[in-house]
Amino acid sequence: MRDEPVLTVSDLSVTFGMGRGAVHAVRGVSFDVRPGEVLGVVGESGSGKSVSALAVMGLLPPNARVSGSVRLLGTELLGASDKRLADFRGRALSMVFQDPLSALTPVYRVGDQIAEALMVHRRLTRAQAARRAVELLDLVGIPSPEQRAMAFPHEFSGGMRQRAVIAMAIANDPDVIICDEPTTALDVTIQAQVLDVLRKAQHETGAAIVLITHDLGIVAGFVDRVLVMYAGRPVEVGTVDEVYYRSRMPYTLGLLGSVPRLDRGEHGRLVPIVGNPPSPAALPEGCPFSPRCPLVVADCRSAEPPLLPVRHGGHLAACVRAGEIDGGDLPPERIYRAPERAAPRPVHAPREEREVVLGVDGLVKHYPLMRGAVFKRRIGTVRAVDGVTFDLREGETLGLVGESGCGKTTTLMEILRLVRPQAGTVAVLGRDISALASSQRMAIRRDMQVVFQDPMSSLDPRMTVYDILAEPLRTHGRRDLGPRIQELLSLVGLEPRHAARYPQDFSGGQRQRIGIARALALSPRLIVLDEPVSALDVSIQAGVINLLEELKERLGLSYLFVAHDLAVVRHIADRVAVMYLGRIAEVGAVGRVYDSPMHPYTQALLSAVPIPDPEKERARRRILLEGDLPSPASPPSGCRFRTRCPLFKAIGEAERLRCVDEEPRVRPMGGDHGAACHYAESLDVL
Amino acid sequence: MTLPEEQLTEQRSAVAEAGVRVPSRGRVVAGRFFGSGWGRAGFALLAAVFLLAFAGPLVSPWSYTDKDFTAFMAPPSAAHWFGTLQTGADVFAVTMRGMQKSLVVGLLAALVSTALAAVIGAFAGYFLGWTDRMLTWVTDLLLVLPAFLILAVMSPMFAGGQWPLFVFMLALFLWMVTSKVVRGMTVSLKEREFILAARFMGVSPTRIIFRHVIPNLSSLLVVDATLNVSAAILTETSLSYFGFGIQPPDVSLGTLIADGAKTASYAPWTFWFAAGLLIVTVLAVNMIGDALRDALDPGSRRSR
Repeated sequence: MRDEPVLTVSDLSVTFGMGRGAVHAVRGVSFDVRPGEVLGVVGESGSGKSVSALAVMGLLPPNARVSGSVRLLGTELLGASDKRLADFRGRALSMVFQDPLSALTPVYRVGDQIAEALMVHRRLTRAQAARRAVELLDLVGIPSPEQRAMAFPHEFSGGMRQRAVIAMAIANDPDVIICDEPTTALDVTIQAQVLDVLRKAQHETGAAIVLITHDLGIVAGFVDRVLVMYAGRPVEVGTVDEVYYRSRMPYTLGLLGSVPRLDRGEHGRLVPIVGNPPSPAALPEGCPFSPRCPLVVADCRSAEPPLLPVRHGGHLAACVRAGEIDGGDLPPERIYRAPERAAPRPVHAPREEREVVLGVDGLVKHYPLMRGAVFKRRIGTVRAVDGVTFDLREGETLGLVGESGCGKTTTLMEILRLVRPQAGTVAVLGRDISALASSQRMAIRRDMQVVFQDPMSSLDPRMTVYDILAEPLRTHGRRDLGPRIQELLSLVGLEPRHAARYPQDFSGGQRQRIGIARALALSPRLIVLDEPVSALDVSIQAGVINLLEELKERLGLSYLFVAHDLAVVRHIADRVAVMYLGRIAEVGAVGRVYDSPMHPYTQALLSAVPIPDPEKERARRRILLEGDLPSPASPPSGCRFRTRCPLFKAIGEAERLRCVDEEPRVRPMGGDHGAACHYAESLDVL
Repeated sequence: MTLPEEQLTEQRSAVAEAGVRVPSRGRVVAGRFFGSGWGRAGFALLAAVFLLAFAGPLVSPWSYTDKDFTAFMAPPSAAHWFGTLQTGADVFAVTMRGMQKSLVVGLLAALVSTALAAVIGAFAGYFLGWTDRMLTWVTDLLLVLPAFLILAVMSPMFAGGQWPLFVFMLALFLWMVTSKVVRGMTVSLKEREFILAARFMGVSPTRIIFRHVIPNLSSLLVVDATLNVSAAILTETSLSYFGFGIQPPDVSLGTLIADGAKTASYAPWTFWFAAGLLIVTVLAVNMIGDALRDALDPGSRRSR
């Protein structure tokens, strides 16, 4: 192809432990990366993608046994001495980690840390290194780099830290940069900024990038070639277009089919992959994907299929039926037999005539900011929620979206706590919560249930599933629990015998199903879902989303669905409310908001979400927001978004004055669509 | 032909029902506890010690107040199984009597103090605010009070069969540090989503504490109770050594060991039986504690 590969990995294997308990985390990974190329490594958690990266860097713990070969610029890295490796690391091969906070030393200034990375490998004076560090910070887009270089890591926001880490990674003009989930911990608008910086850094250094991620959207837009990993092995390799449009491996097809799409409005079922990824300690016989594969034949179970070229040159797939499958002709829905909707969508009365299940009007939650240990004094106010208004009607799903720190979780907790809010009103099922007798409060608790984000911490580890499901029933005085619990378990797709087990005997997806079953126990009318699928892998997530949709239709539930993943919200919600810094920026029907967003923040947010479709992704124009979310302790005057607003920059001086002085209210934009912007206009960003 | 089929379906439905009939938490823990070798051995050992302490005197010809004026400092023999003391008291009889006291005092004091620690710590950590301030104040007060001195001053009140008061006073000075640990752990546990879920379900705070908070601290509490058994026995021993605590003519393992230590070099039977039984008791309690901690924690896998 273009040049000689800079990094060649062949037959890399990593094993932890010995004998029968050995865990084969990576089993024969091979790839080449050429200068200036971006290789994406995708896979679900436990597929061995991060371990491979660490093995390439030589950063695995001593109990890991690594075999195969890793050649960087023709030099073998495996088995090289620490001193030699240290020479390569940071100079020719650098790494960007997932968690930018732990990648920086908290007690040194950011500038000094970058200067240190420079001085290790080059003969520079302290002053020269410091100057170069400032240049690098400038390059990665950190405003006023001279001052920021003197700051400590904790003074940086998450996005800025990741930029600083990237600055450190490119400091010595490396040949290969390995990025391990570089944006997973970041919000989507910050993710867009960081990816942009990464692209710029690559352009500047001409380095090859190995991008490890689980986000198929990022891969579609950022990567040249992609390697799909499953159970420690690559199962499909090829250019992005080949892999996305002509997948040959059922797993890739399943993965692509199970992602909710931001650009697809119709409420189809997602296509989940049945079962769970195998544990690396107990792999199934033959093809490791065969227990979950819909196209499985007898051959699959006899031997593990090798990675072989398919029709197009660089496209490899590890599947005995790769020849028959051509992703172009067989869409995932047909292979995976997308579950049919049980019944046509029940016809609801028009929205205005339905009962308001949850009405929130001008809700406020301020936290005092205290200083001092002995004499506590108030030094400010965190305006976490500052006047939020929305309503949720019967049989409806309202998605509440926004970045971290926008106040969506606080809003949720204020609703669930059922105590008088600091200001504003919350009415659940028509009852104002500020004037509740305790018996009425219990009645509301019965009708309003919650599903939490983390399926591990939301279930008491010391209780059996039976006791977990029995708790709400007992609390509300139900007797004869056995049949109800059996019914609940089958409702969420678990078996009755699972009742005797403990939460840790289940996978993440199953645990979330138990959490849903517990929420359903009392036949509630309203369920509050706090990021219910964000901790799950894509293929598992699809199953849980389908379950939630099905339950809503069968049981006539209403959902308040809080999430940061806009694609999931588009898929599941009927209406969506976008929050920014404690206020609603835009609210309306999902189709309206996603197809013609009016508020500049919604536009930026939507344009920042990557779509797992390479052609569309390349054709999209991103609206990059500058800077970070302002602190909710001192929000800007007037419109809170004006400090980052692209529209604010575009309008004239006289019009700006209004943004600075007057806080915009949510004003109707036709129907029940509303946006809190003085100068809102529609823009297509998908 | 139909009959077996009917039976079969009956059996099947019985199996299906049995699948839902889930043993209660107590039964699960008991099953796991007795499933482990350590648990069984520790329980058997402690049961044997109890049996010996309470049934032993019944078969012994001597009572702990009897004095055999024909045998002073006699080594073990058919008449005196564990030998005699300088006063002519039968070592077996007094050791059994001492064991009874020490076992009851040690175990009860440990349980009471751990229960106090768990409840007070959990309430303080869960409610915070004024509850926390009051309970923390009490805890700190008890921490700075000189426990030994107060027990010594109160010792006349323990005479005349008032041992439950003694147990309570011992426990009262053992729980504070653990309660502070429990409080801290409760504060962090309170933010966990399963506690929030229970709150939003309408479960009352007291019930949340007893159903969710304390069971999730059980590993700590079991270890604490195990250590407290030894601590209580040793505190009682040292109190008795100084002449407080258990008053003569009554005896405890503490007084026996204290007295026996003086003569141990030339009359080992006066010391070693009491000391040995104390060691066996503490060992049994530790084994039970270990097994109980594993049994309570569903995450720990039984080694096969």
